[in-house]
Amino acid sequence: MSTKVVMEALSPTMEEGRLVEWKKQEGDAVAVGDVLAEVETDKAVMELVARAGGTLLKQVVQAGTTVPVSELVAVIGEPGEKVEAPVGRGDGQAAPAKKPAPKAEAAEEPPAPPGGPAAAGNGPPAAAPRPAAAPAASRSAGRVKASPLARRMAAERGIDISAVAGSGPEGRVVARDVEGSRPAVAGAAAAVRAPAVRGPAGQPYQDVPLTQIRKTIARRLAQSIGPIPTFYLTTEVDMERAREAREALLEAGGEKVSLNDIVIKAVAMALRQHPVCNAWWQDDHIRYWNEVHVSMAVAMEEGLITPVIRHTDLKSLREIAAESRDLAGRARERKLAPEEYTGGTFSVSNLGMLDIDEFTAVINPPEAGIVAVGRMAERPVVHEGAVAIRRRMRLTMSCDHRMIDGATGARFLQTLKGMLENPLAMVY
Amino acid sequence: MAIVTYRDALNHALREEMERDPDVFLMGEEVGVYQGAYKVSRGLLEEFGSMRVVDTPITELGFAGVGVGAAMVGLRPVIEFMTWNFALLAIDQLVNSAAKMRYMSGGQVGVPAVFRGPGGSALQLASQHSQAFESYYAHIPGLKVVMPATPADAKGLLKSAIRDDDPVVFIEGEMLYNTRGEVPEGEHVVPLGQADVKRSGGDVTIVCHSKTVSLALKAAEDLAGEGIEAEIVDLRTIRPLDTETVLNSVARTHRCVVAEEGWPFAGIGAQVVDTIQHEVFDELDAPVLRVTGADVPMPYNKHLERAAKVDAGKIVAAVNEVLYRERDE
Repeated sequence: MSTKVVMEALSPTMEEGRLVEWKKQEGDAVAVGDVLAEVETDKAVMELVARAGGTLLKQVVQAGTTVPVSELVAVIGEPGEKVEAPVGRGDGQAAPAKKPAPKAEAAEEPPAPPGGPAAAGNGPPAAAPRPAAAPAASRSAGRVKASPLARRMAAERGIDISAVAGSGPEGRVVARDVEGSRPAVAGAAAAVRAPAVRGPAGQPYQDVPLTQIRKTIARRLAQSIGPIPTFYLTTEVDMERAREAREALLEAGGEKVSLNDIVIKAVAMALRQHPVCNAWWQDDHIRYWNEVHVSMAVAMEEGLITPVIRHTDLKSLREIAAESRDLAGRARERKLAPEEYTGGTFSVSNLGMLDIDEFTAVINPPEAGIVAVGRMAERPVVHEGAVAIRRRMRLTMSCDHRMIDGATGARFLQTLKGMLENPLAMVY
Repeated sequence: MAIVTYRDALNHALREEMERDPDVFLMGEEVGVYQGAYKVSRGLLEEFGSMRVVDTPITELGFAGVGVGAAMVGLRPVIEFMTWNFALLAIDQLVNSAAKMRYMSGGQVGVPAVFRGPGGSALQLASQHSQAFESYYAHIPGLKVVMPATPADAKGLLKSAIRDDDPVVFIEGEMLYNTRGEVPEGEHVVPLGQADVKRSGGDVTIVCHSKTVSLALKAAEDLAGEGIEAEIVDLRTIRPLDTETVLNSVARTHRCVVAEEGWPFAGIGAQVVDTIQHEVFDELDAPVLRVTGADVPMPYNKHLERAAKVDAGKIVAAVNEVLYRERDE
């Protein structure tokens, strides 16, 4: 009896995954829990583990292939067991995600439980949803599954159907997916993509396929810059005392606290005073958070991710420093669990280390705001009636105007500035 | 309008047509003295006499053949089968004589006969007496197949069937005889070959006929509670099939479920789905799903029987699927 291994939904938003590398080869013995392969999801590289023991009889897909969730990727069974022709979809043994059991025809529908009313129809439908007929024959790499109506609509509207995420069975693009799609999405995706690769001389351009994370970034950022009415507030902060505080902490030893950690802590404490900025846009309502979870943008070799420091306001600088270092490190290795990069209530992004004086950051929806941190630099300023050289840093807050008004955002920023200029205010 | 049972609506149609046309006569088992196994012919023997309301022996092939012969020489027989289960014994007369006479005589001889009786399952009548045979007859070129779902359609379609110059297989719903509904007063004729939209909606089309119409309407009620508006297309005539009404509806809703009481393999729904996928392929947003009786001899056990039959819940489930609606499993 063989067991089919399918692409599992390894993150809450995952619709497909790229099989990066096989960790078990055909013929290898496999125990329950063994890592079969590494899979790149829309956020991280994660492990696909065996749900059944035996021998890896067949790798159905090659490394590098992108596979929709629930699609067959491998078969585990007894050594020497004959593998049936792959049918493209697991039989439900291996996948933990909810998934309809394939059914050939109506005759195999499970009978309704006895005891119900004769005319029935009152209870929930007895029959499980039925996937489309096994598409083994028509399956070919690169083919987009779409309903005929969705194809016609996409053609009429000039939408590239391969750019539309399908919500139907096995990722089928259906009418509602095309309805929610705009030709502009493709343009936005192109704008965010800026491959840092230089092609061979004489070649005018190089086409780089979109990775999972790049697709996600494009979708999320386009979603942000489009419907979110954003405005920006900038202030310059005197960082002398924050720097002194940091140096004093460093002298005391222990976890090394960075300036960014101090900013994160200050943001969290300021949010406590301005809960209106600690909110989520929920389409028909606003969710004001009582807890403060600050997301911090972390650049990865490819893309970015925003791990979350939970209950930021309740943690000491030392704790924040330790946690941010750990999260950033594992983010760069793409080892974060989904719950570690979701659920933030406000974000901080810092490009100061890259010599950026100031910038505007894109809001991480559904959050209400994000603070963009520029570099700390010595600047001539008027201090106590005389020109002096002081360490200064610019903060720019992006605000979702649906939740934060100009003065509201300004007051938050004022509090934040006050805390950084007088770090004792954070513990007051 | 008068509220009339399906049974009486058929009775009225017979009476009116027998009054209108002296060539119309009724023949079958227990149609006269007993006034019909389902009392459809109540009062007709008394009113029209034994020359026009003829009790037969239990010889389905024989009296079906007499009916074909009578029709060939100009009469308009209405042949009652006590149920279509018993008509299997007479199917040779329908398929090889009634259906082919006009063609094989080069158009010289038609067979203006109606073969009628109840079809489908009732309750716990077991495998041999719980069968929906419409696809058997709809398969045959030369036969028309009519299946009314309401009293008004029963009356109007039977009158059209009797007036039609070709053989008509008229399958009534055994469980529908006692159902009541409004029937227009006076002359009420429903043309053959016209489907009827029993309920309008823009989200999904449910194609059905005979007994499944009431199930589809029940399903539509349930779905309306969830904000889904289903359009119910009652085929009324299986052959000739009113493809125009079906296709117009599907072209608007983009999703379709076809329900029928019979077995799935080569059923009526298979023909409907073929037409849809061929004619309006680009309008479809989901595969058309069929809801049918289970592909087994009808169980006698009442729980198994219920499980084997189409019900509103199964139709709702299919609608949810073609709408790609998430449901708890």
